[in-house]
Amino acid sequence: MVASTDRQRGSLGIPSAVLGMVLFLATEVMFFAGLVSAFLVVKARWIGAWPPPGQPRLPVEVTAVNTVVLLASGVILWLAAHDRAGQQTLAAVRRRSLIAALLGATFVTVQGFEWTRLLAYGLTMRSGPYGSFFYLIVGTHAAHAVAAVVALLWAVARLGSQKISADGFRAVRLFWYFVVGVWPILYVLVYLM
Amino acid sequence: MAHAQQQSFWSRYVFSTDHKIIGLQYLFTGMFMGLVGSFLAYVFRMQLAFPGEPVPLFGVVTPLHYNALVTNHGAIMIFWVAMPILIAGLGNYLIPLMIGCDDMVFPRLNRLSYQIFFLSTVVILVSLFVPGGGFGGAWTAYPPLSASAQYNHTPWGAPLWLIAVALEFVAFLLGGINFVTTVMNARAPGMGPMQIPIFVWMVVIASIVFMASVGPLVAGAIMLLFDQLLGTHFYDPKAGGDPILWQHLFWFFGHPEVYVVLLPALGIVAEVITVFSRKKLFAYKTILYTAFATGIISFFVWAHHQFVAGIDPRMAHLFTITTLIISVPIAEMTFAFIATLYGGSIELRTPMLWALAFIAEFLVGGVTGIFLGANATDIYLHDSYFVVAHFHYTFFPIAIIAGFAALTYWFPKMFGRHMNETLGKIHFWGTIIPFNFIFLPLFVLGAAGEHRRIYSYEHFSQLFTPGLQNLRVLATVALVVMLLFQFVFLYNFIRSLFAGEKAEENPWKANTLEWLAPSPPPHGNFAEMPTVYRGPYEYSVPGRPLDYWPQHLPN
Repeated sequence: MVASTDRQRGSLGIPSAVLGMVLFLATEVMFFAGLVSAFLVVKARWIGAWPPPGQPRLPVEVTAVNTVVLLASGVILWLAAHDRAGQQTLAAVRRRSLIAALLGATFVTVQGFEWTRLLAYGLTMRSGPYGSFFYLIVGTHAAHAVAAVVALLWAVARLGSQKISADGFRAVRLFWYFVVGVWPILYVLVYLM
Repeated sequence: MAHAQQQSFWSRYVFSTDHKIIGLQYLFTGMFMGLVGSFLAYVFRMQLAFPGEPVPLFGVVTPLHYNALVTNHGAIMIFWVAMPILIAGLGNYLIPLMIGCDDMVFPRLNRLSYQIFFLSTVVILVSLFVPGGGFGGAWTAYPPLSASAQYNHTPWGAPLWLIAVALEFVAFLLGGINFVTTVMNARAPGMGPMQIPIFVWMVVIASIVFMASVGPLVAGAIMLLFDQLLGTHFYDPKAGGDPILWQHLFWFFGHPEVYVVLLPALGIVAEVITVFSRKKLFAYKTILYTAFATGIISFFVWAHHQFVAGIDPRMAHLFTITTLIISVPIAEMTFAFIATLYGGSIELRTPMLWALAFIAEFLVGGVTGIFLGANATDIYLHDSYFVVAHFHYTFFPIAIIAGFAALTYWFPKMFGRHMNETLGKIHFWGTIIPFNFIFLPLFVLGAAGEHRRIYSYEHFSQLFTPGLQNLRVLATVALVVMLLFQFVFLYNFIRSLFAGEKAEENPWKANTLEWLAPSPPPHGNFAEMPTVYRGPYEYSVPGRPLDYWPQHLPN
């Protein structure tokens, strides 16, 4: 993402890598809004109890703990990047970013483990709108989380060899914050409501 | 440029990151797909005029063929012709030149965008030849017809069609990010927001509208793909799904999409009419603000496509009101264009003819849209040929007329040569006159109640009205005539590429920055990066010896 020539920041004063990521995330927000609104429409038209009787219950408690893990990764990444005293070395930035990536990977692993249990209990994509929307929405988020882990590990590696610009690293962090920030909303909508 | 000369053909023209090469790749792919889309239209129009007869170059059209032809004609003309030519092709080629920089901000992302688009083109073309044939559920792909091979009989065609459309969206998403970021961050020094040419603004607004509207459709498309391939029931009412849900997700994108392609077309017209009437663009700021207003209102009109889908009548009233409101900013822009022409020194060169034709023909499309936007009249006209005629009077001016205006106007810049003016005018009249003879009869057919999805009246003899067949034949003959005249353009285009009269840097005496660069512009565009001193439309300024005042000249 390092631009080929020296680019001015323009009247907005936002670096290109960050502005590009913000535009991408705006599209992502609308994408998730589409999924969530589809879910809410189908749920609102559902006749009878929701979740439907006879379907497995979602692991609310385990996922609550997992939510905290993901939120912690966001906080640690934020701390890695915002050092008020200016004492932080590059090695420390990389170490904290790596911890954030590992917490993200933990989140995805626990999610995957819970999925295998739910599948064993008979909740599949074909077992009705309840299962379909659960795997669709949570699965889409998981795919984003995997992409965010890969992107952050890539950025950590590039930080070591100084091959990523400060703006490029900021863009990767913005993506991470998006993945962390959208999850509590999905958790409340899918697991609790 | 010695370095550029040494590059191989592959790295220079196929895997280039130069915005001009990528723009031309999009442009040529779009033109090729335009030929494909036209051929599909030719085949199904022949079937409608002469039902059951073998169509030359195709053969007998079966009902499944017919559905696939109509569906892919619509999808290709919008997603593989209008979008790549108007936005990706011209946007890529012109934005860096018009804002005075050397390339897009993300050149490699740009190359990836075209590669994904190329892949989507291959997938949509392959989907026409797989077992079962191409997808036939209309470009709107309403479930349950689109969701199950049991209904649409295209187990391969339907998913491939959906994948092609999704890939195309990814390509334009990457392109849109690039356009907006480049215009925000890479403008020439001195180019403030009000000095940006209207065409560039229009591509930026269109890209923002596209990016904001495409997310829900991608979500819906994933759900539809899962219904097709994994056997989920998102849109299946038997299992608790909701088929109307798709219509909302589709039209939430589908209607803004109309303005995504309309706005760049309006931008092209603005550039052309100012140059060929030697006048300042009337009400630059009004045009800009109404374009923003159009973009915003376009998000609140989508359900006017669903008046007969069983939506709440109170909601239908609301959407009628928003739909009628959106004609206000568009009418305002049209008035601004007419005011620009008023009192100008009008020179009827080929690009100007196309631009004037755009205003005239689009007006017909806009006015007939009022009847379809109002729920009371739409209930009668819904799914009739009146709808088909209406949206062709909008999309044909947008994609084809404005596309030709842009091609003939920027051809000297792109290829360093002029197109032949006489052939250009023959092609213009040979396209515009038959165009009206295709679609005016369809208004009459639609008003008479003819349904747009009927393949042959053999199965619906009680609906067959004998007097109307002449109108169908008239429309088909006019289409064939119009398509034959396109060979004049192809001949002119290809001949001019190699043997056209050499063009200088600024043959039209225009103000915008692209005309400062050599024709064709080399890698890096400008010998010396320009600085901007004024707006793009300072024509016939009193007290100046020349009737134009380029943006880069110091005071």
